[in-house]
Amino acid sequence: MAPNAAVQQQPLFTGLDWDYRDVMRVYDAIERIAHEELELDVYPNQIEVISSEQMLDAYASMGMPLFYRHWSFGKHFARDEMLYRKGYTGLAYEIVINSKPCISYIMEENTLTMQTLVLAHAAFGHNHFFKNNRLFREWTDAEGILDYLDFAKGYIAECEERYGVRAVEQVLDAAHALMSQGVHRYPKPQTRSLREERDREIERVRYEEQTYNDLWRTVPTDPDGELPGGADPVEQRMQRLGLPEENLLYFLEKRAPRLEHWQREVLRIVRHVAQYFYPQKQTKVMNEGCATAVHYYIMNRLHENGQLTDGAFLEFLHSHTSVVFQPEFDDPRYSGINPYALGFAILQDLRRMATDPTDEDRRWFPEVAGSGDWLGVWQHAWREYRDESFILQFLGPQVIRDFRLFRVHDDADEPELVVDAIHDDAGYRAVRRSLAQRHDVARLEPDIQVVDVDLAGDRTLVLEHRVSDGVTLDPGEATAVLRHLANLWGYDVKLYEVDPETERVINEFPQVSPVAPVA
Amino acid sequence: MVNIIDRRRNPKGKSLANRQRFLRRAKRQVLDAVNEASGRRKVTDVAGGEQITIPADGLHEPSFRKAAGRGVREHVVPGNKEYVVGDTIPRPDGQGGSGGREGSPDGEGEDEFTFAVSRDEFLDLFFEGLELPDLVKRQVKKAEQYTQQRAGYSVSGSPSNLNVERTMRNSLSRRIALRRPKGEDLQALDEEIDRLERAGTEPERLRELIELRRNKQERSRAIPYIDPVDIRYNRFDHVPQPVSQAVMFCLMDVSGSMTEDMKDLAKRFFMLLYLFLERRYRHVDIVFIRHTHVAQEVDEDTFFYSRETGGTLVSPALAMMRDIIEDRYPVSDWNIYGAQASDGDNTPADNPATTRLMADGILPLCQYFAYIEVGGGQAFHVPSDLWRAYDRLARSESPLAMRRVQTRGDIFPVFRELFTPAELKG
Repeated sequence: MAPNAAVQQQPLFTGLDWDYRDVMRVYDAIERIAHEELELDVYPNQIEVISSEQMLDAYASMGMPLFYRHWSFGKHFARDEMLYRKGYTGLAYEIVINSKPCISYIMEENTLTMQTLVLAHAAFGHNHFFKNNRLFREWTDAEGILDYLDFAKGYIAECEERYGVRAVEQVLDAAHALMSQGVHRYPKPQTRSLREERDREIERVRYEEQTYNDLWRTVPTDPDGELPGGADPVEQRMQRLGLPEENLLYFLEKRAPRLEHWQREVLRIVRHVAQYFYPQKQTKVMNEGCATAVHYYIMNRLHENGQLTDGAFLEFLHSHTSVVFQPEFDDPRYSGINPYALGFAILQDLRRMATDPTDEDRRWFPEVAGSGDWLGVWQHAWREYRDESFILQFLGPQVIRDFRLFRVHDDADEPELVVDAIHDDAGYRAVRRSLAQRHDVARLEPDIQVVDVDLAGDRTLVLEHRVSDGVTLDPGEATAVLRHLANLWGYDVKLYEVDPETERVINEFPQVSPVAPVA
Repeated sequence: MVNIIDRRRNPKGKSLANRQRFLRRAKRQVLDAVNEASGRRKVTDVAGGEQITIPADGLHEPSFRKAAGRGVREHVVPGNKEYVVGDTIPRPDGQGGSGGREGSPDGEGEDEFTFAVSRDEFLDLFFEGLELPDLVKRQVKKAEQYTQQRAGYSVSGSPSNLNVERTMRNSLSRRIALRRPKGEDLQALDEEIDRLERAGTEPERLRELIELRRNKQERSRAIPYIDPVDIRYNRFDHVPQPVSQAVMFCLMDVSGSMTEDMKDLAKRFFMLLYLFLERRYRHVDIVFIRHTHVAQEVDEDTFFYSRETGGTLVSPALAMMRDIIEDRYPVSDWNIYGAQASDGDNTPADNPATTRLMADGILPLCQYFAYIEVGGGQAFHVPSDLWRAYDRLARSESPLAMRRVQTRGDIFPVFRELFTPAELKG
């Protein structure tokens, strides 16, 4: 694995322009390093050359090569196009899709250096992450996604033809509003088959017979007390409806009384799409960190081998630096933590610790510091972590110092913000914990669950928002979403916000009735 | 192992369908925005409008999100320079870039939504659903356009018009009538001869068959599969296309009493009218007449951009319109429309003449006559001389419509009102 610096090779290219043979040659060189030195394990690659207009098209449909039709994508397209034409934003150099084969879009305008960077970044960095990270392995089906989207597009087009564009649009609008509440966050236990159910029952009876003790019969029981889990109607109802349920789209698809079959199928499509993208939301820092670290390593190696000219390497460094640039909080360009910068910095720091540790590193990361096996640490992190756990586990004092991170306590009831931890020994852990929490999607998104349905009465659907840190819902937005929800449910919908510590109701939204029920 | 695919030749505009859905949804807002844009622009580039800003509501995509400015948050931010633990920072107002800035989780926060529509989309939206009322007189003029109409078949024509079906039908019937031997019969005969030759048992029959085959082959050669007499071509006739001819008279008062503001309003109105006619009707003549105390027929450039001025007399303009109609636009052949913009001032002595001209000379000839009175923005409208005079005419069953325009914002609604077909007005 030790690179042999003595072997100098011919540069892969010298000019800016490129054709397929150049890209192939570059790809082969990158692949060799990726496989032999970084031991990356990737899906087969498919590289597609597109123009800037097609890139804008791809932006508009969540980066997917095909997608069902909806006005909101047209809106995003209009916005992106305007920003691009006016020069406010550039376009991404690439888009990569978690599919098998892994599709990378590269722009025709890129120079060959940029294409090299893009291939290393997307076709190997992201690709490896998609194939190996636990979240993607568990929650997404890379092989099936394109076929599924093809089905979804066709199905929704067919529905539009049969039931009218307006009707479909209404369902999609409502479903999109609930999209972030349309994912399963935890794997569901498999429902038991009838046979298993019977076996368990037999087992239970046998156990009772074996442990039968006549004495229990003599223990006096509370005359009013009922057997637990027995006749309590609320409990029974909850169990029958599978409540509480946090996946609102799933609940509506299965339980909404007035939806037609095709409407359930549309909800299902939106839910599947949301679930497909859910791991990407949770691994922004890691995914980009992985891809950036991979391209950085590969480009450096190509340069060391002499396969990349000095000029090309400088061009690469220029783009790389702007990609991992982190503006400071008082900089007008600041818009939050740059996931590329943070992910890349943590990974580079791990590599430094493994090969050249300080005493501090030995204290903080005894199992990494000085082990020499930085690649093993990287591979392990890429496989097993998501942003929140990754930061919590691997963000070291060195990176906190480099970023000069500090924590600001913001209590809306206080007139001023308080700095309560900075980059010093007393503050590292607090900063790290808070930063990890800021990357925990389950914490960032409100925790909303269906808790009850008044089946015997007017079928009102009851939702509960378990408020964390006293941050309640945006009332305007919430009312608009509830309206959509009521239209899908077909009956009234009620939402209240609860403080999970005291179980006290903080806020109750007015009951919303369906105005234009979709059914 | 790796595939490289060039997608650049794939169709662009994959999101066209999404864009159309978006525009349809945004139509209400876009119309308002177009209206507003048309008021804001200079007269000269009303038509070139491409940038439209519309409010985001109605196009808003709501979702459950946490409210800003509530509860307790811990922000971690980079770039500490001077803070130590316990320092306080004044709360930044709104989106101020420092300290505890809270970006919405998905990075979306929009107030207004700007997007570009093409010139064509703009004008289409602008004039959607509008039309000239009562476009009834249809007259075929000599130098009009023709359309091609199918008119049976002919025996001559260009190869591209060959009617294969008809040709093959003729060929088939001729072959049947002349008893041209079929291919499969010949083949069967061949096989039979072949068999007999090999067997060699019936030389008599073999000779007969060979003779038969020779006859048939000759016949087959003599009767062609497709003969020139079979061939038929589609025939087309040139049919004159009846068109509705219409002429629009634009009468604008440019006298001294019209302030710059009023002239601007009037010009805007005519600009809209001009664009509308240009875009919607290919066979509409437009006659521009501007008047002070004298009337002048001018070309469109002069009409819109010249700054000449003078006293006010309305009747000469109407007289000129009547004369032009008599001269060039026979009432039997032409749909005649008029649009007049004025501040309503007229020399009092001229009012009777004006009314008479309108009632006897103009209105009976017109399908529709729109009168726009531009005002300098006074809160209360005192009926002007001309308004009062026209008002009497408008009461009876006449094609006269009257509207007031006070501000730029009024122009588009008034325009739409004037040219929305009655059945859509509801």
